[in-house]
Amino acid sequence: MTPTVDSLAASVPDGALVALPPDNSLPSVAMARALIRRGARNLRLLGVPVSGFATDLLVGAGCVAEIETSAVSLGEAGFAPRFTQALKAGAITVRDATCPAIHTMLQAAEKGVPFMPLRGLIGSDILAHRPDWMVIDNPFAGGGDPIVLLPARQPDVALIHGVMADEAGNVWTGRRRELATLSHASKRVIATVERMVPGDMLEDERLAPGCISGTYIEAVAVAERGAWPVALLDEYGFDAAHVAEYARMAKTEAGFREYLDRYVFNVSQAKAAE
Amino acid sequence: MSIQPEERLAAALARLILDPAAPPARHIAVGAASPIPAAACWLVRKSGHPVRLSLLHKRSGNPFTEGSRELFDLTGQGRIDLFFLGGGQIDGQANLNLVGTGEWPGTGVRFPGSFGSAFMYFMTPRTILFREEHSARVLVPRVDNISAPGVSEPGVFRRGTAQALVTGKCVFTFDPGAARFTLASLHPGETVESIREATGFDFDAPAEVPQTPDPTPDELALLRGPVCDEMLETYPDFCARVFSRKLAA
Repeated sequence: MTPTVDSLAASVPDGALVALPPDNSLPSVAMARALIRRGARNLRLLGVPVSGFATDLLVGAGCVAEIETSAVSLGEAGFAPRFTQALKAGAITVRDATCPAIHTMLQAAEKGVPFMPLRGLIGSDILAHRPDWMVIDNPFAGGGDPIVLLPARQPDVALIHGVMADEAGNVWTGRRRELATLSHASKRVIATVERMVPGDMLEDERLAPGCISGTYIEAVAVAERGAWPVALLDEYGFDAAHVAEYARMAKTEAGFREYLDRYVFNVSQAKAAE
Repeated sequence: MSIQPEERLAAALARLILDPAAPPARHIAVGAASPIPAAACWLVRKSGHPVRLSLLHKRSGNPFTEGSRELFDLTGQGRIDLFFLGGGQIDGQANLNLVGTGEWPGTGVRFPGSFGSAFMYFMTPRTILFREEHSARVLVPRVDNISAPGVSEPGVFRRGTAQALVTGKCVFTFDPGAARFTLASLHPGETVESIREATGFDFDAPAEVPQTPDPTPDELALLRGPVCDEMLETYPDFCARVFSRKLAA
């Protein structure tokens, strides 16, 4: 028996540093809904490297204390309404980054080194507002080459949605291999998948490169259409009509509550939609 | 069919991409939600120029197998020649604000965020700035917050900066030495005065400012045919609106 999405959500403690991929890169939106159902609080979200639908849901539901990300958006449906409202109200702390900085901090964690350098950033107000980032003089140059150092960032848990998982605990995420870096860097990875498959995908040369090894995966739950309303590779597309409906409803607190009642708390109806 | 403003903008961007005075554009990357820059790149490609296009948000046949991390690593190495950036605010020194107005991190109007701008703007030999809205609220004397600076202090590693700024009203070119824009061409119906009125920052203008050329009949045929074919999957609404073409069910 594989666990349920809701039982896995119960294992994510309040206050955890939770990493979520963006809408085009296989976030587990099913886990975000389950975290809302369990009433998670004070989560610190990390957008890898940007944030989308699942982040706006979690923020609106009051699950989030802090966000580190390079952008929060609903794509074509516009700005993220609950994120924007929470930022204005001072209900969340926002630590702005730039996309490659987040990848680099995860790559440092993946390597088990305390920091990594990154070009760019100097003269940006992003850097000016990051006391945890620093500029050093490149020790390999003859002097006069300033470069930014970024600390390793190790998420407590990464929430990803793959196409399938096998009996060996491997999860297939296809070409989205940036999820491997995220998984390698995180203390725990909780994955939802469309379906379970027999055997060991790492024994199949064609499937192996798209796999995240079970070494890194703590638990898997089946959640059909678990990325919905965002896209999952060639399995299903972005549900633009639904995200536009969300954007309309989430303009107000009352509309957002109605959305949660309809699509998150009402599990039977939410399941039908998923 | 009359020429759509989006078609004129795509053709104008394509001419900037092919500018012989600029460093070569062998590999161009296009980020999220950028249908007009994407159309410009496809126009260059369908005109027979051997350019490699990496469209970050292409769903089928996405060029990357390591997501946006791969885009930034490629750019870090200097293997992306040209990128497009915009901004909620752009100022006369080509500083970009994608974070928001008011105090950090955008206590006035919060924009989505800086995305990769604070890296791409430095590491790409040239950037074409593109923003359809041309108003004093977007083109400001000084951005409230700098996501990515237009110019850097001597000694800061930087491969390039803005080549040009294309808006719904005109084309500006950018001189990084002077850190100033120069009006390069006017879209139909605009004058130097109307541009001054709609622009919050000061800029240079030659005595005679040419009109932004219309797309040629060949360019229009490419845009409405093979360019649209390539864009239908990623930008169905744009293709329906501009080219009156719908994705077959």
